Amino acid sequence: MAGTVSVAGGLQAPTAHASIMESPMVEIDKVNLWYGLKQALKDVTMSMSKHRITAYIGPSGCGKSTLLRCLNRMNDLVDGVKMTGTIRIGGTDIYDVAQDVTELRKRVGMVFQKSNPFPKSIFENVAYGPRILGVSSRSDLEGIVERSLRSAALWDEVHDRLQESALGMSGGQQQRLCIARAIAVEPDVLLMDEPCSALDPIATAKIEELMLELKNSYTIVIVTHNMQQAARVSDYTGFMLLGELVEFGVTRDLFTNPRETKTEDYITGRFG
Amino acid sequence: MSTRRRGFWTGGEPFVWLTGGALTLALLLVVGLIALIISNGMGFFWPKSVVQLTLSDGAVITGQIVEREPVPARPHQYRIKLKVANRDLYGADFQWIDESQIVKREYPRDLAVIERTEWGLLIGTIKEVRNGGTAIAVGPAASWAEIQRRMSETERVRRQIRTIEKSEIGAINAKQEALRLKLKGLGMRGTDSGASVEAIQRQLGPLDAQYQAQTARLAELRKSQTFSVVVGADGGKEKDIPLVQILNVCFPNQMGLIGKSAFYVAHLWEFVSGDPREANTEGGVFPAIFGTILMVILMSIVVTPLGVVAAFYLREYAKQGAFVSTVRIAVNNLAGVPSIVFGVFGLGFFIYGVGGAIDRLFFAEALPTPTFGTGGILWASLTLALLTVPVVIVATEEGLAAIPGGMREASLALSATKLETTLRVVLPAVMPSILTGLILAMARAAGEVAPLMITGVVKLAPSLPIDGQWPFFHFERKFMHLGFQIYDTGFQSPNVDAARPMVFATTLLLLFIVILLNLFAIATRNRLRRKYATSAV
Repeated sequence: MAGTVSVAGGLQAPTAHASIMESPMVEIDKVNLWYGLKQALKDVTMSMSKHRITAYIGPSGCGKSTLLRCLNRMNDLVDGVKMTGTIRIGGTDIYDVAQDVTELRKRVGMVFQKSNPFPKSIFENVAYGPRILGVSSRSDLEGIVERSLRSAALWDEVHDRLQESALGMSGGQQQRLCIARAIAVEPDVLLMDEPCSALDPIATAKIEELMLELKNSYTIVIVTHNMQQAARVSDYTGFMLLGELVEFGVTRDLFTNPRETKTEDYITGRFG
Repeated sequence: MSTRRRGFWTGGEPFVWLTGGALTLALLLVVGLIALIISNGMGFFWPKSVVQLTLSDGAVITGQIVEREPVPARPHQYRIKLKVANRDLYGADFQWIDESQIVKREYPRDLAVIERTEWGLLIGTIKEVRNGGTAIAVGPAASWAEIQRRMSETERVRRQIRTIEKSEIGAINAKQEALRLKLKGLGMRGTDSGASVEAIQRQLGPLDAQYQAQTARLAELRKSQTFSVVVGADGGKEKDIPLVQILNVCFPNQMGLIGKSAFYVAHLWEFVSGDPREANTEGGVFPAIFGTILMVILMSIVVTPLGVVAAFYLREYAKQGAFVSTVRIAVNNLAGVPSIVFGVFGLGFFIYGVGGAIDRLFFAEALPTPTFGTGGILWASLTLALLTVPVVIVATEEGLAAIPGGMREASLALSATKLETTLRVVLPAVMPSILTGLILAMARAAGEVAPLMITGVVKLAPSLPIDGQWPFFHFERKFMHLGFQIYDTGFQSPNVDAARPMVFATTLLLLFIVILLNLFAIATRNRLRRKYATSAV
């Protein structure tokens, strides 16, 4: 299967590490991170372009989820985390003392590995973010909910049962609802932490299709165990191992012509 | 053979029997207890036939058979316990009679069982009705007809007397007391004369006149009741009882099933809705029901926010570590502190401490008579809230721990703050657990007696904690409670034997109320559970 990799997006792919980005949305510069004494990220430097899908692959515990959670400062919630380096999103340093975390999380949405809809109605799930941001008029909320559900390709399936509990939906639908909920606040960047790991192939295909649709409006960063998935949907791929970014480049190049032997070993299935 | 034996043991069959047996035993104990209470409590209101026994020595004894038991040391001989009533005539309500002495048993149809306002039941034959000492009806039938004619009028007068005593004179007394306190307050501030003092004294004058008028009316009403009934009892004894003291007359030997059922329902209703009489051994327990329910409600209002907020801090905000674990263990152990200790604490802290301070600050003119510095339903409820707060904390904490962390993360990732997450996502999801805690707390509080005895429960409260007198809620008042009523009627009343069925009936009622409160809370919880089911499919 690994042999028949198809690369999405017709990119003119520069190969040099530093110059591959068209217009960088997210810039990560020399980021180190420790959970207590254990170093989880080592000197990670890279950037992600606007309206592209960037994927991270790598074995479990390599730090790819940690890196993702640095981008909306979800790691702030964990005790004993220490970070050095800078991360800029849209040009602003998100770890600046003046940075309001809630404002950052409005700009950087997130979809989690395990679908986590609130135990509320479908409508209330999608309307949750806008309500937090102060949207209170019913008609505005209805507009946002419909637009978000349409963007998440869920509207046709659920438009007649918006008031029913979100927990009655199938796993794939729940995950797409989480995507709709994340894009309801119109973020610039959408982080996806292994969004398909708990889904069957059909639901996975739907979400991948959705990602390709969404990249026209959002900058998407996805962490995945599934190399085929990275190959199918992403424009750029990074391979991480033991907290280090081993290789980062245009997806087609990384999968067909990896520069590092570690990358080659991993994608050909020799370890991991 | 050995392999089969091992299969029998490792297959778990004995274990299944063991677990099943344990459950059966527990169920049997519960069912047995409830059956005992029901059989003793429910039969209390059923009118028993009145039997007239002629003994071998020629004596005639009339009464209702209460129980029958073998005579000790004399095999195959039984004796019966007869409720002869007429305490004022015979000196005792009950009498044991050997069955071997009984010559004849009769059930005369004109034997009446009379309920009266004092001295317990009167059992005997109605002989005549008198008006101011002169007989106006003679013989059982004529007298009964006369009584029936007069009863409703007497009932009306009795009610009127009660209204005057309780509401009207009570209201005048309350006003007088308030004015007197105002006067005393002025005096304490050094104003012994002047316009304000005179104004109050001017108000007091007409109140005094009103009081005199009401007292006169009362005396008038009492004097108007000149009818009396003469009842003949065993041994030629007679009782001339004023009609106004008679509450109810029935002839059990004449009653059919329907008549007895009607009597039963009427007395059950009186039990639930009426005021107690005769040191709580007769009449109703309505004030105790009211006190119990109000106390549980007050306790719930206090304990829920307190316990929930504490649990939220412990689980959501506090940094988990050795200290928080210690606090958690301490909270759990608090549930094991004997309830009387909480009562003593409530007495010292709430009543003498807080209540005393309130008295000194706001009710100084009433001192040394305490207003809040003495037991009352508010302090009792607060004491019980302290007693039950561990239950609510533990249940809420467990609920919080069961909420998937992803739900909080999802909310935070949508730019909600921690507070918004807590209020909008966590609190609704933990609601069912909070209610579970509250159910357990209510069940415990409703059945607790020891701490109440020193924080505000009394044998007989003159008025309810909520009534028509401004400011309507009198949470500083003492109150009555079903649990205490059980203890008091069963063990402190002058006539324990007569009160025993009342104890069972009260127990049954308390059980019923606890079940009712629980059912209400469980229904609410289930509704919330359906609404906020947290299990992601």
